[in-house]
Amino acid sequence: MADDAKTVADDDRKFTINFGPQHPAAHGVLRLVLDLDGEIVERVDPHIGLLHRGTEKLIEYKTFLQALPYFDRLDYVAPMNQEHAYCLAIERLGGIEVPRRAQFIRVLFSEIGRILSHLLNVTTQALDVGALAPITWGFEERERLMVFYERASGSRLHAAYFRPGGVHQDLPPDLIEDIYKFCDPFLKSLDEIEGLITENRIFKQRNVDIGVVSVEQAFAWGFSGVMVRGSGLAWDLRRAEPYEVYSELDFKIPIGKNGDCWDRYLCRMEEMRESVKIIRQCIDKMPVGPVLPEKSKVAPPRRAEMKASMEALIHHFKLYTEGFRLPAGEVYAAIEAPKGEFGVYMITDGGNRPYRLKIRAPGFPHLAAMDAMCRGHMLSDVSAILGSLDIVFGEIDR
Amino acid sequence: MSEHPARVDMLNELVRHLGSAQTNAIRSMVVVGGELTVEARRDDIVPLMRFLRDDSQCRFETLVDVCGVDWPEDTERFEVVYHLLSMRLNQRIRVKVRVADGVSVASIVDVFPAANWFEREAFDMYGILFSGHPDLRRLLTDYGFEGYPLRKDFPLTGRVEVRYDEAARRVVYEPIKLIQEYRNFDFESPWEGMMSQLPGDEKAREAKS
Repeated sequence: MADDAKTVADDDRKFTINFGPQHPAAHGVLRLVLDLDGEIVERVDPHIGLLHRGTEKLIEYKTFLQALPYFDRLDYVAPMNQEHAYCLAIERLGGIEVPRRAQFIRVLFSEIGRILSHLLNVTTQALDVGALAPITWGFEERERLMVFYERASGSRLHAAYFRPGGVHQDLPPDLIEDIYKFCDPFLKSLDEIEGLITENRIFKQRNVDIGVVSVEQAFAWGFSGVMVRGSGLAWDLRRAEPYEVYSELDFKIPIGKNGDCWDRYLCRMEEMRESVKIIRQCIDKMPVGPVLPEKSKVAPPRRAEMKASMEALIHHFKLYTEGFRLPAGEVYAAIEAPKGEFGVYMITDGGNRPYRLKIRAPGFPHLAAMDAMCRGHMLSDVSAILGSLDIVFGEIDR
Repeated sequence: MSEHPARVDMLNELVRHLGSAQTNAIRSMVVVGGELTVEARRDDIVPLMRFLRDDSQCRFETLVDVCGVDWPEDTERFEVVYHLLSMRLNQRIRVKVRVADGVSVASIVDVFPAANWFEREAFDMYGILFSGHPDLRRLLTDYGFEGYPLRKDFPLTGRVEVRYDEAARRVVYEPIKLIQEYRNFDFESPWEGMMSQLPGDEKAREAKS
């Protein structure tokens, strides 16, 4: 009799709930189907693809230059970092040299992108566990950074600023000055945000020892970026496979100890400080010079040149209609995006369009591990874990 | 980065090691632009992956990416491309296998749990089957989607469009109606010598006959 009663009671405890796709803690359009035993999560089945736009298919039908703006629309929190990987892929395949000034500008804006992304992530992670104030403080700083984006490229988000061979236009001198002036006050506001969150009792209760990832698990699940650094492995593509001028810059790689949500948060906070350091060095070391290769098939001729030379005019027309061609081959170019390893695997057939372009988004394997990470946790931990994964649906769904 | 001499030496060493240790599974190896590409036999993919993960000179413990590629003219139409990374030894490898339409590749989920979603995506986009996969469902496309969108013969515009039907009070799917045919521009340049036939020429021949 007693046994029967127990099984009935057990069945009552098990139910399935649907989380999202319209839920503020889902960080976009994520639908999670959660199997619960009381408040304990037994299985998580993420349903993704609600933001699938077929980017990879569209890119197969666009010239190399036309495909570039699609990369802004992947991880729309740090747009230029994605463009960077694509440009590197083209440059490696085509053997294109990037002028030094352009390399510094790229690194400068990649780090701005990293701060943009981390600011959004740490403050929304706090929001997910109930802290409402940090997001307003963080977004004030993000707004300033997006103005820098706008002053460099003309748009706050979809920049299309990095181009194969360099960047679209040179930075105005007063913008460089303003970015430099931004650094110090920003470090101060970082301290303020840290004062709000880091030692906050509720924030720690919700994040410490939640979603612990061991190094072995990080390998098995294909993690990268903060997700492995939080577990104590000092892996950073900026150091391991230095691209552009990262090998000349001095910065540290913050790592965590326990691999829980709180360590990942701390890593991100420290990385922002390191990014500020890199930004300062970039500005100090930035040489004067061109930002696109001169007399190159992949870069447009200068405006003044076009007024005087017929060949330059034809080149300009051909570049923006037919585009340039790359030799047949394949390449995998990866960068350390704010969220982890963002890779572009491109196959070309000698034409003016990619034959196949696969976008390796860092958030994709991270979200795939949701099931393994959430099992045995409480329902309320799901949103804390999700927040610490740093999910943006633009790049996961592509 | 890729042309760094120490790195090239390391890759050559790895090629030698793989060549002696995995003679059966590997068809060919090539290093281009500092990237090592290995063409593997389809039947041996799981043992090969396990070897690459566990061997002390390889230690490719992170599965970076799995993706499909479509070559419609080939007899074995699809290519499955695996990218592996060793964070401990800082080296990368690309492994490829070929598979015909309707034939399955062994799933590597048992070796790398991360392959789960990557293989689901390849199945979703190309219809490549992975035998032994625990949960081979569609991943990115709509519920009830038909066809494999990244195949070269799948139209860019898709086959159906959706709209909200006021009378039925729900979203309905209809065959796609295009106001204008999709314009696939011809980029053959007269400066580089005309090809014998330009896209669109076949229409003139059809009109004559």
